Amino acid sequence: MSETGKFTVSRWASRRPVLRRGRGRDPLGLRQALPGVLLPAVALAMTLLATLALGGAFGARALALRWQEGAAAAVTVQLPDMDQARVARALAALRELPDLVDARPMDQARMAALLRPWLGEIPALPLPAILELRFDPLPDNPEALALRIISVVPGAAVETQGVWVARMVALATKVQQTALVAVLLVLLLAVAVVTVGIRAGLSARQDVIAILHDLGATDGEIAHRFAGRVALLCVLGALAGLALALPTLLAFSGLAGSLMGRMPVSRLAELPWRGLPWPFLLALPVAVAALGWATAQLTVRGWLKRLP
Amino acid sequence: MAPGAAGLYVGRMVRFTSVGLRYAPPAGSSDPGVGQDVLSNLDFHLPAGSFHWLTGPSGAGKSSLLRLMQLAQRPTRGEVEVLGVVTSRARRSELPALRRRIGVVFQDFRLLPHLSAFDNIALPLRIAGRAELALRADVTEMLRWVGLEPKAESLPPELSGGEQQRIAIARAVVMRPALLLADEPTGNLDAVQSRRVLSLLQEMHRMGTTVVVATHSDSLVSAYPGPALRLADGRLER
Repeated sequence: MSETGKFTVSRWASRRPVLRRGRGRDPLGLRQALPGVLLPAVALAMTLLATLALGGAFGARALALRWQEGAAAAVTVQLPDMDQARVARALAALRELPDLVDARPMDQARMAALLRPWLGEIPALPLPAILELRFDPLPDNPEALALRIISVVPGAAVETQGVWVARMVALATKVQQTALVAVLLVLLLAVAVVTVGIRAGLSARQDVIAILHDLGATDGEIAHRFAGRVALLCVLGALAGLALALPTLLAFSGLAGSLMGRMPVSRLAELPWRGLPWPFLLALPVAVAALGWATAQLTVRGWLKRLP
Repeated sequence: MAPGAAGLYVGRMVRFTSVGLRYAPPAGSSDPGVGQDVLSNLDFHLPAGSFHWLTGPSGAGKSSLLRLMQLAQRPTRGEVEVLGVVTSRARRSELPALRRRIGVVFQDFRLLPHLSAFDNIALPLRIAGRAELALRADVTEMLRWVGLEPKAESLPPELSGGEQQRIAIARAVVMRPALLLADEPTGNLDAVQSRRVLSLLQEMHRMGTTVVVATHSDSLVSAYPGPALRLADGRLER
């Protein structure tokens, strides 16, 4: 035992302490104390729920935007021809309606784009004149409004579905907000469950922790070991949860796509992959792992304060 | 007292001044014995490089006194100075580095059952941040010193009591501690194993380490005479 026991302070005692990997890489026995079932299962379930809620939020937002874009007006008035004088007279009469904030002819290029899925590119096709009306507030009785418009613009065809679209947009916005609150609740629940799991791990390993503490391990080292294990288990569970949620999300996206006028798909590559909010979805496992890591750090450091 | 420039610690290793210790009663405890002083008015100092027995009957407070020395407990009253640091005034964050300079051997060994003998001995080095390649030589040397090199990969439950205690001693000294504390290190061993453990502790003392060995066995003290701190009812007997 050369030098062992010589009256010197170890040259390593002052180094920044780190529990190394390699042999004895798991001195706390965390593979048993934090087994690879409970936390991944929790992370999987939470990520699955959060992904679906997030997908719902983004889907509702996309629908709302699309509906708002497609139904720029609450009410559309179709005149039989593009006669400019007739259009001007109709606009003058319509501007007398109560709560009307805007009335204008629909842009021809936009009209052509809206009709393209049904009629294709037919430049020579004569198009009717469409007047777009916006109201604030929206009319309570769209049918009564339609009758009144017909009375001031004889021969016009009135379409009031924009009123319903505006109501759907408001509903979609509420759905989006509710879904984001659901994501938040899911994450809070995940923190609570992870905390319980870590506390169980601490109880199972309190003797071992005491030994490491007596050997000079710092709170930071012990917390780092727990946090690393928890983060690993959480990210594995979260990735599995994301993988499980994707088919449902794609199905939702396809359903939403059909509401937006897209054709049903029959091949995997044609699924609406691009329609998913990938940055947010991919950030979810990272967020779950970070949440687990931070929860473990706080829980373990708090628990260790009881030691001298 | 501060460590020397080359890590050599000279002079006073341990100093107790009017030290008292009382364990806080657990919440809801109605045991009248809990909450009373387990140590009272302890005044002594241990010079660097000394060997001391810590004796007294069971319940006299030997383990509590060792816990104060190994920084597992802070005194309720008075001042404990270990390796030049007054532990009662030290910040909590200062204590881990100090603990790495103190080796402790327990009666019940306190080895980690899921780690091999090698990994148990390597644990303090890993905590201190030693690289894996560098620590292998030191751990192997320790295993050779305690005569257990062939048992390097054995788990503690596969070893005899004496072998476990020798592994525990190897773990306690692998960091070349300035202070080595042993709490009833032969309490669970037969006579042959006890002699072997004592000779290892004495060898550490001969090499300059300050050693304190707690025992309630007067025969052990008689067999290995040396200065003793004698405790009775939490007080030092002169």
